[in-house]
Amino acid sequence: MVDRVESTKKYLLQGNEAIVEGALAAGCKFYAGYPITPSSEIAEEMSRRLPQIGGTFIQMEDELASMGAIIGASLAGTKAMTATSGPGFSLMQENLGYACMTEVPVVVVNVMRGGPSTGMPTSPAQSDVMQARWGTHGDHAIIVMAVSSVSDSYEITVHAFNMSEKYRVPVVLLSDEIVGHTREVITLPPNKPIEVFNRIKPSVPPEWYEPYEDNSRGVPPMAAIGTGYRHHVTGLMHDSKGFPCFRPDVVKAFHKRMIRKLANGASDIQMTKGYMLDDAEVAIITFGAVSRSAIRAVKMARARGIKAGFLQLVTLFPFPKIAVDSVLRQCRAVLVPEMNMGQIVREVRAVNHTATLKQLNRFDGLMITPDQIFEKLLNM
Amino acid sequence: MVEHAAKVRHDFLRHDMQFPHVWCPGCGLGIVLGSLIRATASLDIPQDDLVLASGIGCTGRMPAYVDFNTLHTTHGRALTFATGIKLANPELTVLTVMGDGDATAIGGNHFIHAARRNLNITAIIVNNQIYGMTGGQYSPTTPYGAMATTAVYGNIEQAFSIAELAVTAGASYVARGTVHHVPQLDKLIKQGIEKKGFAVIEVISNCHTYFGRLNNLADPVANQLWMKENAVSVSKAAKMSAEEMAGKFSIGVLANVKKPSYNEEYQKIRERAGGVVFPVEEEPEVKCEPDRDDEY
Amino acid sequence: MEKERYEMRFGGAGGQGVITAAVILAEAAGVYDGFNVCQTQSYGPQSRGGNSKAELVISRKEIDYPKVIKMDCFLAMNQTALDDYFYDFETNGLLVVDSTFVSQTPTSRAISLPFTAMARELGKEIVANIVAIGAVAKLCGKISLESVEKAVLARVPAKFRELNQQALIMGIKAAEQIDISKLPTSIALEDVYGDATG
Repeated sequence: MVDRVESTKKYLLQGNEAIVEGALAAGCKFYAGYPITPSSEIAEEMSRRLPQIGGTFIQMEDELASMGAIIGASLAGTKAMTATSGPGFSLMQENLGYACMTEVPVVVVNVMRGGPSTGMPTSPAQSDVMQARWGTHGDHAIIVMAVSSVSDSYEITVHAFNMSEKYRVPVVLLSDEIVGHTREVITLPPNKPIEVFNRIKPSVPPEWYEPYEDNSRGVPPMAAIGTGYRHHVTGLMHDSKGFPCFRPDVVKAFHKRMIRKLANGASDIQMTKGYMLDDAEVAIITFGAVSRSAIRAVKMARARGIKAGFLQLVTLFPFPKIAVDSVLRQCRAVLVPEMNMGQIVREVRAVNHTATLKQLNRFDGLMITPDQIFEKLLNM
Repeated sequence: MVEHAAKVRHDFLRHDMQFPHVWCPGCGLGIVLGSLIRATASLDIPQDDLVLASGIGCTGRMPAYVDFNTLHTTHGRALTFATGIKLANPELTVLTVMGDGDATAIGGNHFIHAARRNLNITAIIVNNQIYGMTGGQYSPTTPYGAMATTAVYGNIEQAFSIAELAVTAGASYVARGTVHHVPQLDKLIKQGIEKKGFAVIEVISNCHTYFGRLNNLADPVANQLWMKENAVSVSKAAKMSAEEMAGKFSIGVLANVKKPSYNEEYQKIRERAGGVVFPVEEEPEVKCEPDRDDEY
Repeated sequence: MEKERYEMRFGGAGGQGVITAAVILAEAAGVYDGFNVCQTQSYGPQSRGGNSKAELVISRKEIDYPKVIKMDCFLAMNQTALDDYFYDFETNGLLVVDSTFVSQTPTSRAISLPFTAMARELGKEIVANIVAIGAVAKLCGKISLESVEKAVLARVPAKFRELNQQALIMGIKAAEQIDISKLPTSIALEDVYGDATG
């Protein structure tokens, strides 16, 4: 357990607890949530930690309400997040779409468990990848990231808040039952300070302020409620002033700006980590907990003289096409192991249809082991 | 007086960009909007500190017309957004306006839990007994036996009493008014905003376009007369038998209790956690004058 | 050559404190002894009853795969946990069982100590897991006993400190009576050709 962190100290923390500390380090002051396995430790820690630092925790009546509350808090100028697992994430899709439409920065953590429906509450899975990207209806911009360890859970949570604030977009942070419940040692606060980004506020007087005005970045400054910049926020398609408007030119410009603002930020949004890729002839591309098995499988393959490498996708969406493309071009074959029936592999395939791709899917509630990946690598 | 009213309209409405409004001629929502503006204007709260959040439906369109900080959220969820806003910035005066379907069907769970938590939010619920925007489908407040576009053989479900539901769920201030008894409605909304705690004002309104056309009340004036004839003051209703009250409803203040709001309680949590504590204002007593039947 | 990873598993009925045992040893090894550690668990929906399993990987190097690959040490607190979670036991690994609830062991290398019965002697059955980690820590020799004591005391409320301290010492003392080198060994790993392979 972490208390008000003053001097640098080592802690044994669960992935879920590290997400809380990452969020607080990023400036999160508001949490609304509903209990669900295997994410509940995040809510429990938030309820203990937030009042210590003048923040607010509230347990809402359901996940629909949790999403609404964090969007409200964010509109009032506070960094806010919630956490859930599959069934709750399904309920959050409604207001997640509202956050996309109204460009409200929030972080939504989904500690994935086996599905569909109530599925397997205490077993891990990575089967909410497509839901994280396309769960809410309509075309929309969103960022999806995935964590693979306790230290990741801390750092990537800070990054998730930063991206959310910088681009005025909800960020879905995918963890899973393995990472969420794994305890590892972490030094807090980190020896090297981590950058924290805060949303840009308007610099014009209120009468000139247009909350959805296009600019060079495609990200309009965001005024908090109560600061004199009275404006209207609606889930309806709206013009630059925020009022309902269905004029085709306005609608088209809105959608194009949503794509552009994330494309502009590709360099800091699309995070990947490479491992022994420099001379790799075969490679593994995956994300989340399976990354741990992938690294070990690469070591095993290298010990056998196989030039294997590994690309970890930290950002899943917008899909890091350039990093994936260079691996696909360099290697004669690429393996995509996932704890689902084949979701991120579709995105990899879409980058280059002619590359030799192999799948390794496990959907029995257990983690893909290094041995399973290694065996596949032997035949590539 | 006339000048003053015009000034209030000018200051509080986004008249230059958002009109004409979407509501049918004769709709009660315009009257509710008027009451809301008069109530807030009389309280001298800066517009920058006022938040009006709504859900979906005809009532949901109201915030767009008012020059506050306004939110048009998802169906049934206005109170959840309001909860986040009020907790993130307790200095703000947060109001929500919802329809009967919005507040008690799709948003019913949020409604009872907001009342239970007693967060300092004012909820105005405009009850026109039908889903208007989607074309006259029956709602949780459509009377038994009434006709609707999804109850073409008559409604077989029993109706909710919104105000009584709010009392039971623990709201600290609950009142019922109508779009016919307008001076009273101004007063009820004002009291609700002044109340430190969750305040519910159920407003009986009319949808002559759908509910009325299907139920022999197609004329707005007939609806007004129906309200005039069937509204009974709370004090008078208390003395009437169930048979005498059949088909009628009470108007006035149904509950006004003093209890700590969620914000006050959360300060205690911060103290126990040894965290930052912000000062909390003492709750001013909201005085509700006894009902006088002749007043309405 | 010493193995890069030392992999431990703790199995028992829900409520026997096997996850707590793993967390305490993880804290001792990770926070106080400076190892890299990775502690995981798998569990059912019940807090009490049903079997639960916790794992701990200790290494001087960065830990990639977080779970047990080949188990070097297994503490089994009851029979079904032992039967269910024995499958990937390293030949000549360390198997410690609570003989209060375990009647048959799959190998004659097993070290049987009545942890729960010992805890009852202290008046509180609930500290059986602390007795057990005292024994396991002593027998495996990976984690310093001072660190284990610190980790135990950091986790218990003040009024139970003495009890837990006694439990830990009881486990260590019991383990001191056991000479691991005298345990029977498997022939599976014997180098049958002597030094021929160098």
